[in-house]
Amino acid sequence: MSLEGALAVHRFGLGARPGEIEAASRDPKGWLVAQIGTPAEQPVAPDGAAFPGSGVLVRQEQEMIAARRAAKAGDTEAQKNQAGGRLKIFTDEMAGRFQLGFATTRPFAEHLVWFWTNHFTVSTTAGRTLNFAVAFEREAIRPYIADTFENMLLAVASHPAMLVYLNNVASIGPHSRAGERTGKGRNENLGRELMELYSLGVDGGYTQADVIALANILTGWSLDPQASSGFGFFPNRHEPGPQILRGRRYNDDLRSGIQAVRDLAHDPHTARHIATKFATYFIADQPSPQSVVRLETVFNKTGGNLKALAAAAVEDPAAWTPAPAKMRSPVEYVTAGYRLLGLPRGDNAAQQIRAAMGSARNMGEFPMTASSPNGWPLVSDAWTGPDAVLNRIEWAKQVGARMPPDFNAATVADAGMGPLLAPATRTAMARAESQGDALALLIASPEFQRR
Amino acid sequence: MHFDRRAFAKSVAAAGIAAAFDAKAHFAFAATPDDRRLVVVILRGALDGLAAVPPHGDKDYAEVRGALALPTEGAGAIHDLDGFFGLNPAFTNLKALYDAKQLVVFHNICSPYRDRSHFDGQNVLEAGGTSPHLLQDGWLNRALAPMGLANGDGALAIAQTPPLMLSGKVQTASWMPAVLPAPDELFLDQVRALYAGDAVLKASLSSALALQASAQGAMDDPASTGMQRGKGGAYGDLTPLFQGAGKLLAASGGPRVATLEASGWDTHVTQGAGDGQLARRLTALDTAIEALRAAMGPDVWNKTAVVMATEFGRTVHPNGSGGTDHGTGGAAFLFGGAVAGGSVKAEWVGLGQGALKDGRDQPARTDLRALFKSVLVDQMGVSRAALETRIFPDSASASPIKGLIRV
Repeated sequence: MSLEGALAVHRFGLGARPGEIEAASRDPKGWLVAQIGTPAEQPVAPDGAAFPGSGVLVRQEQEMIAARRAAKAGDTEAQKNQAGGRLKIFTDEMAGRFQLGFATTRPFAEHLVWFWTNHFTVSTTAGRTLNFAVAFEREAIRPYIADTFENMLLAVASHPAMLVYLNNVASIGPHSRAGERTGKGRNENLGRELMELYSLGVDGGYTQADVIALANILTGWSLDPQASSGFGFFPNRHEPGPQILRGRRYNDDLRSGIQAVRDLAHDPHTARHIATKFATYFIADQPSPQSVVRLETVFNKTGGNLKALAAAAVEDPAAWTPAPAKMRSPVEYVTAGYRLLGLPRGDNAAQQIRAAMGSARNMGEFPMTASSPNGWPLVSDAWTGPDAVLNRIEWAKQVGARMPPDFNAATVADAGMGPLLAPATRTAMARAESQGDALALLIASPEFQRR
Repeated sequence: MHFDRRAFAKSVAAAGIAAAFDAKAHFAFAATPDDRRLVVVILRGALDGLAAVPPHGDKDYAEVRGALALPTEGAGAIHDLDGFFGLNPAFTNLKALYDAKQLVVFHNICSPYRDRSHFDGQNVLEAGGTSPHLLQDGWLNRALAPMGLANGDGALAIAQTPPLMLSGKVQTASWMPAVLPAPDELFLDQVRALYAGDAVLKASLSSALALQASAQGAMDDPASTGMQRGKGGAYGDLTPLFQGAGKLLAASGGPRVATLEASGWDTHVTQGAGDGQLARRLTALDTAIEALRAAMGPDVWNKTAVVMATEFGRTVHPNGSGGTDHGTGGAAFLFGGAVAGGSVKAEWVGLGQGALKDGRDQPARTDLRALFKSVLVDQMGVSRAALETRIFPDSASASPIKGLIRV
């Protein structure tokens, strides 16, 4: 087991499953890059079935809404059923997503998915997105981790979940037929965030006129239950006339709108913005300018190739400092714990997965529930508040209490941490009152909380 | 997302208890009201026997214990038992059991293990072998079939997974409150030490604990004085576990055998005397024991024996940091309505330097297996033959002690 192997598994991967550090140690960089050449794996239901596509989910949602409308006004039971139905879709899919994190043999690919999903945040704080949120990750993120940024950006901007979350479904060109008829107008939300958060960055040099232009360009992008993607372009809601976005002229059709999104992906501000976030997530809370420039250059040179971007981070010497650079977020922490122990296992796997989901939520993070389109914070400070630290220690103690009697914490520590295990932790574990406490100390240790 | 965590924890805890009762059908091996019950409490971490059961009548006691010696009169005085031994002042409920002749205290007692590793010591205590890792299953599990509980679910571990003592061929159940007990102070101290070189985690942890302590102070709840509040209850609170065990053991069709575990006894640093870390832990244990008794109700309690033991004792003299280190002999307890109590059983050889094992530990003059065997035979009707061959191999030297159980 080499130090680089352990760093590859913990920093870029999701924490070591049994035997993983050993496998990675033969060629740590090669081990990582081999994981990211193809689309990410897809989560599945407990019976192995694929989750339905957005076309099905959009139709299903319409049926839910129709059923509720058909119910008598004031029928709170029907309302509750609808809310419960939405939540069930989300939590069932999330269980599949967590399980993939625990079990995947391509942890770097999965970690990339987590980064991109959070970058393009769709949050279920808008209740209607519950239906489509995880489908968003399945359809707009996972297929594109080894593709180009422009293809991912386009998949994101046209996905039902995003169109619902950032209110584009309610955005109507004021001069469109629908706008003239109803007096309703444009919603700038998606147009703004597509530039501010998802591509150019807040310092990306766009103006309010650009926001309005992009919002106009996106009018009529909405949900279509007839389409297998769930996406449809509705000309009667689309703002007529050409739009000038960042000095370029776009016609008032879908094809031109798609081109506008693609052009954003190739803007130099986008390269800078993405490189900075990527380095902050994978390399350090405050990455060096060199680290950012290296990624930015690769992004620009390859036309936003995301596999090349990830491989460039792997090649950055700054990513291989022995001292851990990042605090694990709660989802990363819980996942690393489950991978360390080879969980879930036994006949109540589903309950163990739900327990992990609840633990992450208690510690302060749950995927796709961030309070704003900014997503969950990328830096360590977010997870080291007093209450958060105590929550982690309590969780560690509880995991320790769940171990079978034949459990040997020292063996698990060696296999799971390799050279990253601090002597102080080893000593504390050897002195612990019980194997369970020894494991709890390992999981609560500074080096296990970080990556 | 925001929710009231305390209210949530409470509702989950309540649901957990309810679920356990709903699940009583799982206990296929129905106990009749007349069946005797056995509870084993494992104290993980090596309880300081001289703190729990101070021999205040020993001429060397005050001197060898130094700052850890407890007063014999005034506030916080030792509860005297027989003019020589006493109970720690925290043990008010155990003292009441002693007065009701429902408690026997043992001293200078230990398993056959003679080294000083917690893991190995607990392995011997639980597996019932003569050395660590000799046996793969627990002595209490091997005793289930001889008790007539071979069909499973007659035994219950209050744990996430059964401890080694109850693990083996015979299937057993396990139960924990939905909200697990919060970490004990000692564990938090170990984590604090681990964070000594980590500015961020160190600052956050001490700030969190200070907040908990002041929140607790503001609550002004006399029942939890001196204990820090955790999110699911007081830190180190054992009561939910013991109370849950009591209710389950009392339920019709409930288990006849149960194990409970409590950690937080590895007091290497500033264990304190009349107050302090160890006193708080002993209070938590004493309170939990009373909760177990109360939850059982008088009828079931009268058929119950509880044996409470630790992997080994601690050094007689305080160490350089106000604590005690791993030792050998220590204290053990047998209590319950079925116990013929009101006595201290110890082959006492004094605390003078010549009496100590390796010049530092209380000696082991009684084999813990003798205590376990007595209870198995007299309380649970296990035959002597099964004892020597299967349950405790190579234990002929540890003969059962007579007269511990009311017949």
